[in-house]
Amino acid sequence: MNLQTSAEFVRLALTALRLNKLRSVLTALGIIIGVASVIVMEAIGSGAAIAMQQQIASLGTNVLNVMTGSMRIGGRQLGVGGAAPLSEKDMRVIRDRVPGIAAISGQLNGSVTAIYGAANWSTQVNGVHAEYFEVRPWPLLTGRYFTAAEVASGARLAIIGSSVRRELFAEGADPDGELLRVNNIPFEIIGALSTRGQSGGNDADDVIIVPLTTARSRLVGRGFATVPDTVGNIAARVADGYDLSETQAILTAVLRKQRRVNPGEEDNFTIRNFAALLQTRNDQQKTLSYLLATTAAMSLLVGGIGIMNIMLVSVTERTREIGLRMAVGARGVDVLAQFLTEAVLLCLAGGLIGLLLGVAITVAISYLAGWTVSIGAGTVALAILASAAVGIIFGFVPARRAARLNPIDALRYE
Amino acid sequence: MAAEPLIAARHLVKTYQLGEQQVQALRDVSFEIQPGEFVAIMGPSGSGKSTLMNIIGALDTPSAGAMQIDGADVAEMNSDQLADLRNRTIGFVFQQFNLLRRTTALDNVKLPLLYSRHRPADLNLAARASLEQVNLGDRLHHQPSQLSGGQQQRVAIARALVNSPRLILADEPTGALDTQTSAEIMALFTRLNAAGLTIIVVTHEAEVAAYARRLLRMRDGRLVADETTGATSH
Repeated sequence: MNLQTSAEFVRLALTALRLNKLRSVLTALGIIIGVASVIVMEAIGSGAAIAMQQQIASLGTNVLNVMTGSMRIGGRQLGVGGAAPLSEKDMRVIRDRVPGIAAISGQLNGSVTAIYGAANWSTQVNGVHAEYFEVRPWPLLTGRYFTAAEVASGARLAIIGSSVRRELFAEGADPDGELLRVNNIPFEIIGALSTRGQSGGNDADDVIIVPLTTARSRLVGRGFATVPDTVGNIAARVADGYDLSETQAILTAVLRKQRRVNPGEEDNFTIRNFAALLQTRNDQQKTLSYLLATTAAMSLLVGGIGIMNIMLVSVTERTREIGLRMAVGARGVDVLAQFLTEAVLLCLAGGLIGLLLGVAITVAISYLAGWTVSIGAGTVALAILASAAVGIIFGFVPARRAARLNPIDALRYE
Repeated sequence: MAAEPLIAARHLVKTYQLGEQQVQALRDVSFEIQPGEFVAIMGPSGSGKSTLMNIIGALDTPSAGAMQIDGADVAEMNSDQLADLRNRTIGFVFQQFNLLRRTTALDNVKLPLLYSRHRPADLNLAARASLEQVNLGDRLHHQPSQLSGGQQQRVAIARALVNSPRLILADEPTGALDTQTSAEIMALFTRLNAAGLTIIVVTHEAEVAAYARRLLRMRDGRLVADETTGATSH
């Protein structure tokens, strides 16, 4: 079959479909809805996955977080923070004895009021070591990070998050070198951070980052009288090539010894890693995808049965036409090809309409609900291939019935 | 008479099984048709003329006997070979025209070319030439519903002609037309025959049969008369 006749066959098939416009549209409706739902669900599903991965990547998947953990005193569960706070010494021991720690930093958090000029803003302060920005990479928009020496000396330096910057400074103003009063103590702003966005329902950018020593002695250290060298929580980045859970096990053993936890006693600290969290979320995502795939397969199946049904009706209605085609020289395979072409075109048209509908709904959802959505080329290709496959599979039985008609009976059919 | 007949039927028998009953539609029918003849096949309904037409048209094969069309024995052909024979050698014209609805005259005429294994380079050109042959060069893009009965039958004849067949096989071609239009259609057949085309018309109307130069009469599955009439002039 050459190109010209192929084009003629497609054109004749389109003519046949146009003869029954309403019926064609209704028949394709199953496919339209099926493909549209595939697109929408995929877009929302993969959008959610992307948003989640970005969020977790910003927290760091190769980071171990150590917190003062639950501790029982006389049968009373004290919960996180109930035990003695983690100290500079704890941190030093981890760095020295646990292999594969690439960077480590304390994190001492507290609420503060920041004042610049006439503007004031209640925000969070995060006291960290200089290595913090290696543990959790966070690009600067302007300025610089502080050095280990500045942390050691307790310098009054501040790096501000984009929300703090927005609240206190005019748009376009350069905050570097400006004086910021945090709880009435003057800090020099040395840098401004890029926007990170929402993190677990909190605004990650509503933060002022200062040297941990400064935070401890001047801003949030007063509650830790028993442990004067507290570092709050510890975040440690595991170097590439080291297994996260193995490192976590070593760290646990080292810290138990350092914090004098007797064998058989519960840890008086807690270690969390986001890779485990990511794994859990991935598993949930997979379950959801299977569910969506099943739904999509069901609607395509129902759509396909609709196609088969209407094609059988069409073959019966057009018996005389089939007889005529055979009389003028159509072979069985020609008739088969014709009806398969019609079924596939019907399904492809349905698939394309469904695709457009799905994209439109996706755009509307992302606009109205503000969700992250993503339509991949793979999804589009899958939707189109699936609808063509439905056409071939469910068009075959009617097409074969047409091809097997006896030309004499077909010509006489009333 | 030419050495090689176009149609050679030898002792054709066709038996149908209708439920319990065996129906003998053809009982020992033999005849030859030479290239260039204009033949009418007449007979009352049930005489076997439709069965005979189906076999001449390669739509059906005989139960016994031999049927040669253009030198080839149809009894030995499979359905694909029969389809190719119909496409290449025979042009059908039906009582009800059998045009594709809402399809232009040009597309209707083009239909046999789509199934041809020896199609011309330009299908549109061939279809147009065929329509011009039946004086419908100005109705190329009309649909059947926009054409009169006579014009529709001429489109059907153009479709039969488009593949340059050796034989036109017309089954009651004027059955759905008025007298005046019937005369026009039969005059068209006469003209095509004069140009060398072999024409076989199956009919029960004597006026239609009168256009042919040879008349085969069927009755009860047998050929009862084979008359050379010499067409009455029209």
